Amino acid sequence: MTDDSPEAFTSLRVRPYLLTGGRTRSAVDLPLEALVRTTPAGVSRSPQLGHERQLIVELCTEPQSVAEVSAILKIHLQVARVLIGDLVNEGLVATNTATPHQPTARPDLRLLERVLDGLQSL
Amino acid sequence: MTAANPIPVKIVVAGGFAVGKSTFVESISDIDPLTTEAAMTKVSEGIDDLGDATSKKSTTVAMDFGRVGLGSELVLYLFGTPGQDRFHFMWDELIRGAIGAVVLVDTGRLEQCFPAVDYMERAGVPFVVAINAFDGVLKHHPDDVREALDIPPSIPVIVTDARHKAAVRDALVNLVRHAMTVGASASA
Repeated sequence: MTDDSPEAFTSLRVRPYLLTGGRTRSAVDLPLEALVRTTPAGVSRSPQLGHERQLIVELCTEPQSVAEVSAILKIHLQVARVLIGDLVNEGLVATNTATPHQPTARPDLRLLERVLDGLQSL
Repeated sequence: MTAANPIPVKIVVAGGFAVGKSTFVESISDIDPLTTEAAMTKVSEGIDDLGDATSKKSTTVAMDFGRVGLGSELVLYLFGTPGQDRFHFMWDELIRGAIGAVVLVDTGRLEQCFPAVDYMERAGVPFVVAINAFDGVLKHHPDDVREALDIPPSIPVIVTDARHKAAVRDALVNLVRHAMTVGASASA
C-alpha cells in the first residue's frame, strides 16, 4: 500500500508531493513553455531557500521554460509547477508567456509573423 | 542589458510510433532534446475509488522537447506527443496556445497517423501533414497520401526529411504560414 521503501525517501520521483505539501496544482497558470526568470529578489534570497527552490532560482538566472525546469532538475512536471508557482507568488521568479487562458485561443497574427521571420532567418 | 525577456511559443510534433518525431525535433533544436515527466493524475480524477494518495500507482508520461532560439526575442519550443493512445489526455495540454502541429507521416504505415490527424481536426488546431521521406525516398505521392487520409484541400500535405535541419525548418515555415491563413479566416 504505502511506499515506505528506503528509496521513497531519497528519490524525488517516488514521493514528489512531499515537496509541495501534498498540493498537485499551482495557483499560477503555468503553461509548459512559460519562461521562468529569476528576479533580483530571487538572486538575493537564493542562499536561504530550500534545496529544490534554490535549484530552480539558480537555474532560471537564464530564462528556462517550465518544461526545462522539470526536465533539467528531474522533478515531475506538476511538482515543478507548484514550486514555481510559489516562487512567483513570493516574487522570486517572474514568468513570461504568450499562451492565453482559453484552451482554444491561438497566438495572434503579429506574433506568428515574427515566428515566421525568425524561422526564415535560421 | 543582456538579460532579454523572450516570448515563448510552441509547436507540437505529432504522429505514430517511430515515425521520426524525435529526429525531427533534434535536427533543429539548439539543445539536446530534453524529457519532462508528468504523473498521470488526470486519468484518476474521474474515478471515485481514489483511495489515499500513497496507494496510487506512480505511472508517468514522458514528453520530449527541443528549443529553438529565434533571434533574441522569441523562443520556439517543439514538443513531441507521447506515442501511446492512452496518453492522449496530455495532448490537450500540449496544444493549448500552440501555433499548431506538424503531423509526421510514414507512408509505409499511414494508419499510424490517423489518431493524430483526427485529434487535431477535432481540436481545431492548425496542422500540416508532413510525409517523412526516409532515406530521401518518397514512397507515395502527397496527393495519394491526402486521398488515403481524407485530408481536406485546406490542409497542406508536404514532404519533409526529419534528419535535415533545412527540411525541418521548411516544414515549420509551412505550418506557421498555414496557421496565419487559418487565423486570418477565423477572425474575419
